[in-house]
Amino acid sequence: MNQPLLEVTNLEKFFPVAGSGIFSRERGTNKAVNGISFTLNEGETLGLVGESGCGKSTAGRTILKLYDPTSGSIKFEGEEISGYSHSKMKPLRTKMQMIFQDPQSSLNPRQSVGAIIGASFEVHNIKPEEGVKRAVQELLERVGLNAEHYDRYPHEFSGGQRQRIGIARAIALKPKFIVCDEPVSALDVSIQAQVVNLLTDIRDDFGMSYLFIAHDLSVVQHISDRVGVMYLGKIMEIAPTDSIYSTPHHPYTKALLSAVPIPDPKLERKREQIVLTGELPSPMNPPTGCVFSTRCWKAQAKCFEVEPILQKVGKAEVACHFPE
Amino acid sequence: MALLSVRDLRVQFATPDGIVDAVSGVSFDLKEGETLAIVGESGSGKSVTNLAYMGLLPKTRTTITGSVVLKTEDGEVDLIGMSVEDLRKIRGKDVAMIFQDPMSALHPYYSIGDQLIEAHQAHNEVAKEVSRDRAIELLALVGVANPDERLKAYPHQFSGGMRQRVMIAMALMNNPKVLIADEPTTALDVTVQAQILKLLRDIQAKFKMAVILITHDLGVVAGAADRVNVMYGGRLVESASVNDLYENPLMPYTVGLLDSIPRMDQGHGKRLRAIPGQPPSLIQLGSGCAFAARCSRKSELPNGKCETSPELKAVSAGHLVRCHLYDSKESVK
Amino acid sequence: MSGLLAYISRRLGVMILILLAVSFTVYLIFSFLPYDPASLTCGKNCADPEIIAANRIRLGYDKPFYEQYWVFLVGLFAGRTYGEGQAEIFCAAPSFGYSFQQNSCVTDLVGNAIPVTISLAIGSLILWLVMGVGLGVVAAKFRGKIWDTLSTAFVLVGTSLPTFLTGLILIVFFVIKAPWSPFPPGGYTAPDVDIVGWFLSLVLPWITLAFAYAAIYTRFVRSQILEISTEDYIRTARAKGLSEGVVLGKHTMRAALAPIVTMAGLDFAGLLGGAILTEAIFNLPGMGRLSLNAVVDIDLPIIVATTILAATIVVVMNAILDIVYAFIDPRVRV
Repeated sequence: MNQPLLEVTNLEKFFPVAGSGIFSRERGTNKAVNGISFTLNEGETLGLVGESGCGKSTAGRTILKLYDPTSGSIKFEGEEISGYSHSKMKPLRTKMQMIFQDPQSSLNPRQSVGAIIGASFEVHNIKPEEGVKRAVQELLERVGLNAEHYDRYPHEFSGGQRQRIGIARAIALKPKFIVCDEPVSALDVSIQAQVVNLLTDIRDDFGMSYLFIAHDLSVVQHISDRVGVMYLGKIMEIAPTDSIYSTPHHPYTKALLSAVPIPDPKLERKREQIVLTGELPSPMNPPTGCVFSTRCWKAQAKCFEVEPILQKVGKAEVACHFPE
Repeated sequence: MALLSVRDLRVQFATPDGIVDAVSGVSFDLKEGETLAIVGESGSGKSVTNLAYMGLLPKTRTTITGSVVLKTEDGEVDLIGMSVEDLRKIRGKDVAMIFQDPMSALHPYYSIGDQLIEAHQAHNEVAKEVSRDRAIELLALVGVANPDERLKAYPHQFSGGMRQRVMIAMALMNNPKVLIADEPTTALDVTVQAQILKLLRDIQAKFKMAVILITHDLGVVAGAADRVNVMYGGRLVESASVNDLYENPLMPYTVGLLDSIPRMDQGHGKRLRAIPGQPPSLIQLGSGCAFAARCSRKSELPNGKCETSPELKAVSAGHLVRCHLYDSKESVK
Repeated sequence: MSGLLAYISRRLGVMILILLAVSFTVYLIFSFLPYDPASLTCGKNCADPEIIAANRIRLGYDKPFYEQYWVFLVGLFAGRTYGEGQAEIFCAAPSFGYSFQQNSCVTDLVGNAIPVTISLAIGSLILWLVMGVGLGVVAAKFRGKIWDTLSTAFVLVGTSLPTFLTGLILIVFFVIKAPWSPFPPGGYTAPDVDIVGWFLSLVLPWITLAFAYAAIYTRFVRSQILEISTEDYIRTARAKGLSEGVVLGKHTMRAALAPIVTMAGLDFAGLLGGAILTEAIFNLPGMGRLSLNAVVDIDLPIIVATTILAATIVVVMNAILDIVYAFIDPRVRV
């Protein structure tokens, strides 16, 4: 078997936390990403889902070395990059890109669209045969905008169009791997579908791999080949998309999926829902044993003591002592 | 007679770029005890409609016309053109509201108790202790543990879901007849959303309230609503019972909207059917169909037809649509 | 409460470090000025090399810089003696040095000046807060109406009229052209001598200072209120059915309090360093005039002392503001 494009092993990213109260300075460590491992093959899309604070975005940023990992290994095309400095990462940036959630704040309002996208070529000193301007215009057309948009500024575009600009910037250098961090969650439903389709098309055209981070399980299901479910900095379950959505093995995955409403009144009202009780524990002080144990209806003594590791269950890998 | 009856509501904002027609002639009824969902995307006017008759839009540079008649203990009153003081007495008493972002909807400097008690005191001349007991009772009802103690806590000490529970408790302080829930779960995680939707169902039954649920999420609507109003470009474009709307959507926009959502029950990898184009600018929208530029069925109609204004008409009992495709259909009363 | 104590002690430690750095820097700058401090001790036109040489040794200016700074620091805590025998002068702790031009310990000079400046600063602070917050609230409440326009005019006049002009206008119309006026044309009366005289001597300076600040505060308060009015929690307050008075007076003002207090605290601290123009116009012997005269005469010990004092006040005020902030904002407190 070929080596995977990306191989992440026991990745950790901790943030020091200074207390916000001035009189009680609680210090601690936010264990945002607390030991995750997965692989991503060429041309494959891995969805990463979970609720706010589960560490999915931090994971994406750490893999791209926008944050320095606390520990663990990140291998990109077999090359260990976890310890790389900023300058050593630079040549790799042509192969690894990111698309952000909020196109509004990730585009410089004082730069024209041409300058924003063209900067990718300049930074890496790449001179396209047809010239930068023509190359940028082709990119604009590729993402469904017009070549005439070259001289316009971000504020002249709607949210969906701005996200297209962000996509054009990310694909300018024909990367092999893109981290998509909530790329459609700020968009309206009708526009969201356009952008999801665009992301699917260019992935298939360019043969790229995505790490697709989102909280919307339906969107993730739509675009991903495999899906990883995160909770409190850990992967609870990772499996091929069809398998995880039809037969979730981890209780958390089951609860998460059962909470997603289905846009069909008859199905929606018949559906059995698992409503989780309790609150999400603090990532500064995660529960011992299984991190989900405090809210799990199947938890037994073992779950509070021994941390489960990812094990093969059917087609899935599940971190649970009592998988479904 | 409906509990709340909105007729030809129009809202205009004067902006430096021109007049924005945020809401252009919306009419609907809310019956007692029912859940009416108002669905639409950003800029559709779904929020503005309700903020307008509640008097919660900025006063300057805003023009509101039409009528919104509410049944109260003192008879029927028109909320539009009512005095500021009279409308104040209705807000939070007859009609209560909860909002999208529970993080920012509670005052960060006052304790939960202060804010709940204040909501009761604003409409009842009773001792503070009475309001306090009411606050404790309602906090317990919405699922806040140790309500007595939690009264002293500040909003930042609660999670997002808990804050929305507090907002709901606050809305219930005066037994309102109508609860307007403006994107109540949009800022919440999906498991928390499930909890809050369940809570809303429970309290609606208990308090026998009518609920106006404003949302963009057709999944939430499917589970919660009795009737659905679809808005686009500041207009009501379709209105039907929830089952009717999902089974037999008529307006091409509604059809497109339902088609464009990825559905978990339909497997992965299928191409989404997106609605092409962008939502309309609300500046000088004109009287034609606001959706015409994006409509896939425009060609079925004679040229120029969609530039004329379609009427909202009933094509079957309780199913209204604003689209020229249904002009020839017999209007049903 | 132990949290508060721990906080204060931690804050004190940081403050001491900052003040050491500030005083060292000030000392360093003044020791490299192209003036011979020894020759300045006997006045500007003094040219007797013997006296200068004697003074140099007496004041320790012959020692290396760091030694002088050390002696200065020790003097702050233990007092300092200048010269010997008959000519011996002792300045008690905290000694900021000795001004030969004024023939007086700097600490005594500062001690005389500071009550004047505090009187001036507190009075005008109260005045400008009342005016600025009042007008700001009115302008915000009647946004776009005549009251808003009037307050904008006031802001324009207040911010563009220089203090010395305001002061002179007041003197012309309320002293010179008004023989009935109870206000003196200038000077300061200590409150323990004559409390009414003290008040009357300060009314015009208070108005002069407050006028400029009130304009700035009007604009600031207005914009704060308008900004807070768009917050979600203000909409919630209205949706509950609270009256406009409660929404503005309680919910909005509470949120506006923190930035206003911060700004007022820092402005007040700045004023305690001396309101140079106002003190000069009304001939008030405060910190501003002390500093001004010292600069004109190149009276180095006084300049060093007033600079360090002004820095200290700002640093202390910042610490106080942090504590006040915690009482306003529960997110900082708990």
